[in-house]
Amino acid sequence: MSELSPFLIYFLASLLVLASPAMIRNALLLATPVLAALHLFFNIEPGMTASYTVLEFEMVYLRADKLSLLFAYLFTLASFISTVFALHVKDVRQQVAGLIYAGSALGAVFAGDFLTLFIFWELLAISSVFLIWARDTERALNAGMRYLVFQVLSGVLLLAGALLHYQETGSLMFDHVGLNGLAGWLVFIAFGIKSAFPFLHSWLTDGYPEATPTGTVYLSAFTTKVAVYSLARGFAGEEILVYIGVTMACFPIFYAVIENDLRKVLAYSLINQVGFMVTGIGIGTALSLNGAVAHAFSDVIFKGLLFMSMGAVLFRVGHVNGSDLGGLYKTMPKTTGLCIVGAMSISAFPLFSGFVSKSMVMSAMLMENYDYLWLFMLFASAGVFHHAGIKIPYFAFFAHDSGLRPQEAPLNMLVAMALAAFVCLFIGSQPQYLYALLPWEVDYWPYDLTHVLTQTQLLFFSALAFVWLNKQGLYPPELHSTNLDAEWVYRKFLPAGVQRGLAFAHNAKKSTVAATVVHMNSIRRSLSESSIAKYNLSESWPTGSMVLWISFTLVAYLLLDIFIYK
Amino acid sequence: MSDKTEKTYLFDNPRNVDRLLKGFYAVCVFLAVFDLFVHRHIYMDWENIPAFYAIYGFVACVALVLMAKVLRKLVMRKEDYYDE
Repeated sequence: MSELSPFLIYFLASLLVLASPAMIRNALLLATPVLAALHLFFNIEPGMTASYTVLEFEMVYLRADKLSLLFAYLFTLASFISTVFALHVKDVRQQVAGLIYAGSALGAVFAGDFLTLFIFWELLAISSVFLIWARDTERALNAGMRYLVFQVLSGVLLLAGALLHYQETGSLMFDHVGLNGLAGWLVFIAFGIKSAFPFLHSWLTDGYPEATPTGTVYLSAFTTKVAVYSLARGFAGEEILVYIGVTMACFPIFYAVIENDLRKVLAYSLINQVGFMVTGIGIGTALSLNGAVAHAFSDVIFKGLLFMSMGAVLFRVGHVNGSDLGGLYKTMPKTTGLCIVGAMSISAFPLFSGFVSKSMVMSAMLMENYDYLWLFMLFASAGVFHHAGIKIPYFAFFAHDSGLRPQEAPLNMLVAMALAAFVCLFIGSQPQYLYALLPWEVDYWPYDLTHVLTQTQLLFFSALAFVWLNKQGLYPPELHSTNLDAEWVYRKFLPAGVQRGLAFAHNAKKSTVAATVVHMNSIRRSLSESSIAKYNLSESWPTGSMVLWISFTLVAYLLLDIFIYK
Repeated sequence: MSDKTEKTYLFDNPRNVDRLLKGFYAVCVFLAVFDLFVHRHIYMDWENIPAFYAIYGFVACVALVLMAKVLRKLVMRKEDYYDE
């Protein structure tokens, strides 16, 4: 019993939820993460493994070590908070999808071999898309489809890479893979799609803002973090990840500044935060790897909190366009305050969770002499405060008065946000408890004068820049718009290219047929006028053409004989 | 209380906004000046510049916003761009 993988609790619960009446569904939903947490806490210890054999393959469905356990604790906590946030939702589709999705994330981090990982990798994709589709709009349906294509593609690459890996090494165990050979690269790109590498990221910024108000909270917690876990296990210390991570941290902040849909702003800032984790994994020292996974932990909670606050606005107002919001602090003061806690955490203010985890990656960069890249990351740190720390709360809750006077968020939403805010502050002020869970041995303490002073300076003067730009009228206004990103390639360029290609082929066919008809008619006319027309053979077309085709066939045989069978 | 149609809220009063901003400026000045009197750990050369982080934060954000405005010229389309 103790070797039961926690994902089973979630999967069983999803069946029970399907079968049970509405009355007890909420109780079941809340009990699931609590049960899973108790099971994790009391029964599962680092070093435990469990597997069963299918055909000749050993499927390791439980491999517990400090790395997988850290993510398991995180996912159980995140699923509990998301469940509380979604407690008012009566849609069974979303409830079941949420359970299977969270369960699959747990299954994936405990998977010890590639086949088991693949199964949960695909289950993550299939269950999560229902959280987008449940919005029941045409936009959401299409965005969900595009999201699913990317996710399934990632799974296919993972399977291909895994099978090649098996062919090369004779083992399907999922440990350090590394970037040597095709197998390694296939797995790397599979992980890269799910962790939203540049150019492979558009499923995230396209799909997440279309999900239901509660669905995005689930989505932000699991998919990318499973990918970060997989990268940390399979590709720690691969230097290319440092460059990818820095790019991920930097480019989305420009989009985030000009984006109007505030949940899309958060989607961009999610990529920016994953950039810090990917960089940490690429550096590959004990400190940076600890920083990467610790930051994943902080990020799930504070990004969840921010998505929850925007979800609450979406739930009450019906949209989250920065251009049409403003002044909501007047009637949603609690949501405003909790959103600000999330904003300060993602900006890494001292005493908030982002500070104690991000500073590990930043310190590791300096220690490993990535000086210039460190400057880029410092730029990204200032930028994240600018777009997520200030822009989100400012345009939603303050700015100009939009005249909207929505009700405060429902109680369950407030409780979920308060829980997340508490975790942000607890991790930020008592980091020793999170540090004790980290997989690698390292002695690190974030609170010294240098760190606190420099980070506070960076943030306050970033804020000063915001104030100054606003007063000067230089700050770009929020506008209804679509900003072209990587998805333009497959949403506009390729379809337009295919359409143009088809139109070209159609025209070419039409003109060829017309030209041929004209030509044939003139040949026919000249034939009928010539002396050949008197021969019996050509009196009727069928025989004439038959002779013609027979001679063509014979010529073709002759040519084949000469050139191919010689 | 004479106006029954709409309650006035914290930032409806411009003086409160003013107070908040003044407090904020004071903290900024304090942080910049404080930097001159304490010894920070230095890991790379640039950090020797007095109030390096303050200057960097300000310049970075102004640059970010100005570059984002240029980006807007390149990538901004109508809201229903993909629906056409």
